[in-house]
Amino acid sequence: MSLARVRIQEDDFDVGAELAALQGDRTDIGAVASFVGCVRGHTVQDDVSALTLEHYPGMTERAIEAMIVQAEERFGVLGARVVHRVGRLLAGERIVLVAVASSHRRDAFQACEFLMDYLKTQAPFWKKESTPDGERWVDARVSDDEALARWGVASGNAPGGQGGDGRGR
Amino acid sequence: MKLTLRYFASLRESLGAGGEIEWAPGAEATAAALRTWLRAQSPAHAQALAPERAVRVAVDQALADESALLHDGAEVAFFPPVTGG
Repeated sequence: MSLARVRIQEDDFDVGAELAALQGDRTDIGAVASFVGCVRGHTVQDDVSALTLEHYPGMTERAIEAMIVQAEERFGVLGARVVHRVGRLLAGERIVLVAVASSHRRDAFQACEFLMDYLKTQAPFWKKESTPDGERWVDARVSDDEALARWGVASGNAPGGQGGDGRGR
Repeated sequence: MKLTLRYFASLRESLGAGGEIEWAPGAEATAAALRTWLRAQSPAHAQALAPERAVRVAVDQALADESALLHDGAEVAFFPPVTGG
């Protein structure tokens, strides 16, 4: 069974199964790095009970595919997988998985971080938080643009952040 | 020219999901010119697409600069800065 390497879905995902599928029967893979993002709920500053995630069907998949191609051009990537959930997610639930396989750990770590920095600022997802005071759209962060800028890619996402046309060139 | 408009997140809440429109551009058929034209369509449009609001543009499902030239049949999306991941 092989699922697409980019998937947008409402359902949760099984991290172990995804990583196993990424590796498959290959014996040239020496490293698999992964990142799992979760709904941060109750913190000192915030009291978020749930998130509702909206996306732009069609564009989302294309944008993430294009990011993976960029990661393949920059790093020694042997395989990659991105699963992102949409819909209503409760505090603590998984939102996103980014996993990269490579020969050595450095490429896997770097490509994984690069993909997350890219996804945060260039993939068309929007989060709405549910709090005791009602619902509110999450603001984009300049720090996320700065994270992408470390790779030499202009983001142009957050207001007042790094310039650029958002196309990464 | 015929365009398919799409709005997302807070813009979708103010303006609806979008739809097909017929637009007769002036000098330049850019995304910026379209945004200016849309602002004149209703007070809700004027507010949601106000120049000081951070709005990103995608043309044919790829992020674009506001100076991007639009073609007949293009799908043009306006949305707030993205916040996924």
